[in-house]
Amino acid sequence: MLNKEELIRYNRQIILPDFGIEGQEKLKSSSVLVIGAGGLGIPNLSYLAAAGVGRIGLVEFDEISLSNLQRQVMYKTNQAGESKGKSAVKMIQELNPNVSVDYFETRLDAENALEVIGDFDLVVDGSDNLPTRYLVNDACVLLGKPLVYAAVFRYEGQVSVFNAQRKDGSRGPNYRDLFPTPPPPEMVPSCNEGGVFGALTGIIGAMQANEAIKLLAGLGIRLDGRLFLFDSQYFTARFLNIKSNSENPVSGDHPTITELIDYEAFCGLSEVENEADDITVQELHQMIKSGNAPFILDVREPYEYAISNLNGLNIPLSNLENEIGQLSQNEITVIHCKSGQRSLKALEFLKKEGFSKIKNLKGGILAWQKEIDHSIEIY
Amino acid sequence: MKIEVIAFGIAKDILNSNQVTLEMEEQSSVADVRQALVDLYPAFQGLASLQLAVNADYVSDDYLIKENDEVVLIPPVSGG
Repeated sequence: MLNKEELIRYNRQIILPDFGIEGQEKLKSSSVLVIGAGGLGIPNLSYLAAAGVGRIGLVEFDEISLSNLQRQVMYKTNQAGESKGKSAVKMIQELNPNVSVDYFETRLDAENALEVIGDFDLVVDGSDNLPTRYLVNDACVLLGKPLVYAAVFRYEGQVSVFNAQRKDGSRGPNYRDLFPTPPPPEMVPSCNEGGVFGALTGIIGAMQANEAIKLLAGLGIRLDGRLFLFDSQYFTARFLNIKSNSENPVSGDHPTITELIDYEAFCGLSEVENEADDITVQELHQMIKSGNAPFILDVREPYEYAISNLNGLNIPLSNLENEIGQLSQNEITVIHCKSGQRSLKALEFLKKEGFSKIKNLKGGILAWQKEIDHSIEIY
Repeated sequence: MKIEVIAFGIAKDILNSNQVTLEMEEQSSVADVRQALVDLYPAFQGLASLQLAVNADYVSDDYLIKENDEVVLIPPVSGG
């Protein structure tokens, strides 16, 4: 089944104890879906392709940006603005032409997740937001697919294997056994908001690939029922034992989730509730064009303001209480930040202080760049 | 009795440290530790739904803690 080129290419793992020709053939006949070609996705794609997994699927819809390059080491400086997915597919094909690649240029959602995931043996989650993490987990549980989970934040990483089939046929714990209820969105900052250490994503992503390859080749002791935590700032590591919860809504004794749900709403990210306080970038653009430009308050940090701004007054959110004297309650004020989270907090604070003519710019300067002015630098 | 609280992720911001020592009464449960954290750090309310681990195991809220136990706070992180 393996040709001569493959026998040579994979020699260093074929000669490994417990791996052998048999392990290599298992890899060749297996398929993995990688969600996201970012900080975690890239080491995964690289090692899975190099190891000779027969078919790799990639879900990605984003473009390469300059601020990705600090950790997403496969992309080159001159590729900023290009499709991440297309670039990643090309990289895989150049690295190992024996691998076939299925590229899904889409955002995974409740509509497409079962169909996309259903066609693969195993899923590697390298997504970057909480709704997608619950979505991928539930889809894997519903479809009976093992899920190699990892997530990073600042200097820390988490790794585990969810929903793995055990010898007795039962399934190991899943994401909802670990985090039954999502905390409010402000308690789960993304890498955009909280930052992330570049080399950490390589470490954690490579651990994820390591677990995926072990599962597919059927070797070793899996990270099933255990959460691995690594804090690279203090260089400490920890294992925690996770138990299956009989009240888990997707895998417990009496499941209440039998099909995929609205994960944005589940994670408290539905935009409907604050609609009255929102202004869209199109509406703001229209106001400016018609000569009714509102007062613009930019609550980002000064270093962000320096990269690009909408000529607003820059008062960072953390300083708003001290600088509130600079604002007038009589003036129509549009508050913005990068994506709309910090400005929402600023809006809530100012409302409590008696401001009523205030609006939150939906999607922040990112939306402005995307919808109104492409020449603005984003980060 | 004294217990150690070990924080990861955003919990480090709330505790302003990666590790704090708490003084708890004997026979305190994990639920009592959660309440003590909310009392000491009001922002911890936002993580009140978090499952707590003691030493190396996730435990239920009625689990009784012992002197020198380590209670580990691991909020979900989403980055990838």
